[in-house]
Amino acid sequence: MNRLKGFKNLWIHAILITVSLLSIFPFIWLLSTSLKGGGENIFAYPPTIIPKDFTFANYVGVWHKVDLMRYFINSMIVAAGTVLLNLILSSLAGYPLARMEFKGKKIAFFSILATIMVPFQAIMLPVYLVTLKLHLVDSVSDTMGFIGLIMPFAVSAFGIFLMRQAFLSIPREMEEAAIIDGCNVFQVFWKVLLPMVKPSLAVLAIFTFIGSWGEFLWPSIVLTKETMYTLPVGVNNLQGMFSSNWRYIAAGSIISTLPILIFFLSMQKYFISGENEGAVKG
Amino acid sequence: MFKYYGKSAPYLFLLPAGIILLIFFFIPFFQTIVLSFQDYSNNIYQAGFAGLQNYIDILHNPIFYKVMLNTFIYLIAAVPVLVVFPLFLAILINNKIKGITLYKILIYLPVIVSIVVAAIAFKWLYAEQGILNYLLSVFHIAPIGWLTDPKYAIYSVILVTIWKGIGYYMIIYLAALMSVPKELYEACDIDGAGFLTKHLTVTIPHIMPTIALVTTISSISAMKIFAEIYVMTKGGPLNSTKTIVYYIYEKAFENLDLGYASAMAVILLIIVMAFSLVNILCFERGKYNL
Repeated sequence: MNRLKGFKNLWIHAILITVSLLSIFPFIWLLSTSLKGGGENIFAYPPTIIPKDFTFANYVGVWHKVDLMRYFINSMIVAAGTVLLNLILSSLAGYPLARMEFKGKKIAFFSILATIMVPFQAIMLPVYLVTLKLHLVDSVSDTMGFIGLIMPFAVSAFGIFLMRQAFLSIPREMEEAAIIDGCNVFQVFWKVLLPMVKPSLAVLAIFTFIGSWGEFLWPSIVLTKETMYTLPVGVNNLQGMFSSNWRYIAAGSIISTLPILIFFLSMQKYFISGENEGAVKG
Repeated sequence: MFKYYGKSAPYLFLLPAGIILLIFFFIPFFQTIVLSFQDYSNNIYQAGFAGLQNYIDILHNPIFYKVMLNTFIYLIAAVPVLVVFPLFLAILINNKIKGITLYKILIYLPVIVSIVVAAIAFKWLYAEQGILNYLLSVFHIAPIGWLTDPKYAIYSVILVTIWKGIGYYMIIYLAALMSVPKELYEACDIDGAGFLTKHLTVTIPHIMPTIALVTTISSISAMKIFAEIYVMTKGGPLNSTKTIVYYIYEKAFENLDLGYASAMAVILLIIVMAFSLVNILCFERGKYNL
């Protein structure tokens, strides 16, 4: 029986190792290309995974020619702003939906739910027209450009419902006790309830961050200045800049992936535990 | 419980989110519909009323049918794989074996990496003298224009979408598998049921709602594909990879035909909303306490 089990596990491992390797192979191949010097033919048959002419020159080169640091900072500003606004706006809106009775609650609830069904891609053109009208574009100023990148994603139905669920799970006695102690409704929210929903806030922050960090469509619509590029837009632009210099394109792509890779590895339990299913992806 | 908040409190709490949603969601939503009945084809600064003309134009445009066909191919090719294969992986990973966390991390990695980097990485694999054509040459198969041959391009792009989605759906399945009662598997083992019988009779019926959920959400995201196309093929060659969203993007931001683009957007809206409605009403009720 034991030997049978060992044999079965061997098969499982074989399949999972294969799938794992296929999952990372495109990156490995990109990494390999980025480390090959000019003396090595990157189109050589048979291909070599371990570079023969090993060099970091492509990294130095792309770092000097492209302001990847700028793209990184821009992405950070946009992601930080988006996360912060989502945390504030979602918890503010989630609270009355969970706890208060008021006229129009059903309307508010279903209006927010309706936003889930409408893909951003279908309304992006008018969103762009509104953003233009409000002068939230980088041709006005960098600050306005950043605001324009952030605002359409400042709150999501996903976040509001997540926070609503979190507030629903808190026992009502908590609020009652606070009110007897003399807190008003805003103090109850800020001092008593918000600290209790920290786990949900963390989940919301992490998944909003990932979403914002990877966003490509919106910034490629609104951005006009290269100094305002976020990482995805900047990395896509490498293709045009170094048309066939795949060593540079590869090196730039690898550099741009490092921050999110570190973020993922340090937060991996949030992603792969399965407790937050359906959280990422817009 | 006594009422501890003023009449205006709930509205004050909802106000900030409400303003953002109004400006960046509800107004654009209705404007999309309005724009779809307007004519911008002659002058972008001056719209005329077009009635149904944009829709009629779309229906008379062969590219529209090509775009719909491509989207259909995307659904047919990507969704079944994304429903079945991640489930298979989740079942394997759900065994008590060593190294599970490492497998999960590696398989999830494509989900987390920017779609732009993923698309660039695949473009490199697909290069004319790239590693995939080398593999073909090992088997004495002539090189393929992975992204340049209209016959293959869309499947090459679909492969990227599949590759990037597997880990995501696998994790969703894993969560569902945890809820299958262990006793049922034990009963199977006592009866001597094999791998296939065990999962066909116990696992799949038990997690049917999750399978349905994965079907609808992978369909919806297949209809919203943009970045893969933009980075790898720009809709070409010969429109063979042009999807709905890329078509809208091209019409709106390159051809500046706002009316036509909006009519196309309304079509996307109707299709996606139908899928979402099914999704919310049938599979995600619990999430929203409906």
